Amino acid sequence: MNDDNNPLKDRRTRRDVLRQGILTVTGAVGFAAVLEALSRSPSTPSSPVPRPTRPVAAVPGDPVSAWEDITGYNNYYEFGLEKTDPARLAGQLVTEPWTVTIDGMVQKPLTLDIATLMKRFPPEDRTYRMRCVEGWSKVVPWWGIPLGQVIKAANPTSGARYVKFTALADPEVMPGVRAGVLDFPYIEGLRMDEAMHPLTLLAVGIDGQPLPKQNGAPLRLVVPWKYGFKNIKAIVKITLQAEQPTTTWSTIAPNEYGFYANVNPEVDHPRWSQATERRLGELGRRETLMFNGYAREVQDLYAGMDLRRFF
Amino acid sequence: MSTLNAKTQKPASDGWIKDAVVWGGLLPTVILVWDALTGQLGANPLQRAEQQTGVLALAMLLLSLSCTPLRLLGSKLGQKWVWPIRVRKHLGLLSAWYAFVHVVIYVLDKGLIPSQWWYDILKRPYITVGFLALLILVTLAFTSGKDAVRRMGFKRWEALHRLTYLAGVLVVVHYWWAVKKDLTGPIVALVVLLLGFAARALIRNRMKPRAERKQKEV
Repeated sequence: MNDDNNPLKDRRTRRDVLRQGILTVTGAVGFAAVLEALSRSPSTPSSPVPRPTRPVAAVPGDPVSAWEDITGYNNYYEFGLEKTDPARLAGQLVTEPWTVTIDGMVQKPLTLDIATLMKRFPPEDRTYRMRCVEGWSKVVPWWGIPLGQVIKAANPTSGARYVKFTALADPEVMPGVRAGVLDFPYIEGLRMDEAMHPLTLLAVGIDGQPLPKQNGAPLRLVVPWKYGFKNIKAIVKITLQAEQPTTTWSTIAPNEYGFYANVNPEVDHPRWSQATERRLGELGRRETLMFNGYAREVQDLYAGMDLRRFF
Repeated sequence: MSTLNAKTQKPASDGWIKDAVVWGGLLPTVILVWDALTGQLGANPLQRAEQQTGVLALAMLLLSLSCTPLRLLGSKLGQKWVWPIRVRKHLGLLSAWYAFVHVVIYVLDKGLIPSQWWYDILKRPYITVGFLALLILVTLAFTSGKDAVRRMGFKRWEALHRLTYLAGVLVVVHYWWAVKKDLTGPIVALVVLLLGFAARALIRNRMKPRAERKQKEV
């Protein structure tokens, strides 16, 4: 019998249909799973920090950001590149005991543990806007010590013109340090007058309770008119010196991250405009304010400077 | 949507692969919409969706570019695989789809200010190359049907669709320039792209008929 005349030849058997169907579904789910594994980034931290219970003081017109956003969306490359990495991985960091050293061009070098520091310089509540160089922002109710008070206590010499900050870099507990994501330890710096400015804060907490580890416990810098990467976390050393320190990001990409890093809507990042920002929790963008809205307080520090050159 | 084997008119035994690629490739879109509706995209949802669709567009494009090398490799191993060529077009269409969604999210992110987009496209090289890649992918998507081959003539159609290679290069460059610090993703993408090109060049050259090769050598 000629095969072409066989009426059953085009008929798919039930078993065929079933087999194809199962293969299709399995294949589709498998392919989608691979794609999800490739493209998905974690969105929520696995270990949220308990929310403080006391009422929060807000900046007028600028409500304080959601606690999950403050503690769950952080750049902290010692723990990884994803925003959710710090909240997931910073738990192993040991913040007690912890000492910070103030040295360099000072007459009275200090080494203080956090409790002593807080006893000598009682922390204050300071709710500030924070603007990241990547174009997002939040409002954080910091609790901290004006840096100027601490520096004054060390009696800086007249030659001290810059302040260099050094962060902890412990490969044992910091996966990003192990992976060599950046050239660690993370270094940041300020000019002396910026460091002494009353807005500049050494934060020891948020909302009156000790800093969560992902936010830079036990001691971090907060300079509200500068991009967030200036706000070095987990500070172990503060050195006063005559020359401008070589800071981490400005070494990696000097054309993208300047030493000053003042928030400035008129000076673009090479790859994006800085004119607008997204406040975490909002879908639209808002206009970025000169010096992050602190121009009245700080613009005199930069009188006569070309802010395009010294960005 | 199952494929028929041309010779036997029976359903091809690997016909399920195409369906699996199409439905599996669309599933991440559904998951993304679900994540968005249920608020699971984290603190900066637009940025996350933008990055996710970008990676998906890139992955689909690289997979589509890997089809021909895979078939060449198969024939070297004595396997006559037809399915890589059958899924190639669909992977390309999926890439164009994710590139399109990626750009829609970018537009939502920047706000509906056309002057701002043009400024970005003209001033920022990584946006320029991304935009060019999008133009290519969308053009190829619209000329992916059989009627387009007929209208254009195979030679011209083929020449146009060779632009896929350029799109691949542009997308990897776009990705490379867009990331802030971690180059792992872009490096992996570049390696996949180069492996494909290398396989194409090496295997195809060896598989040319001996006479043709001799002619060239003379």
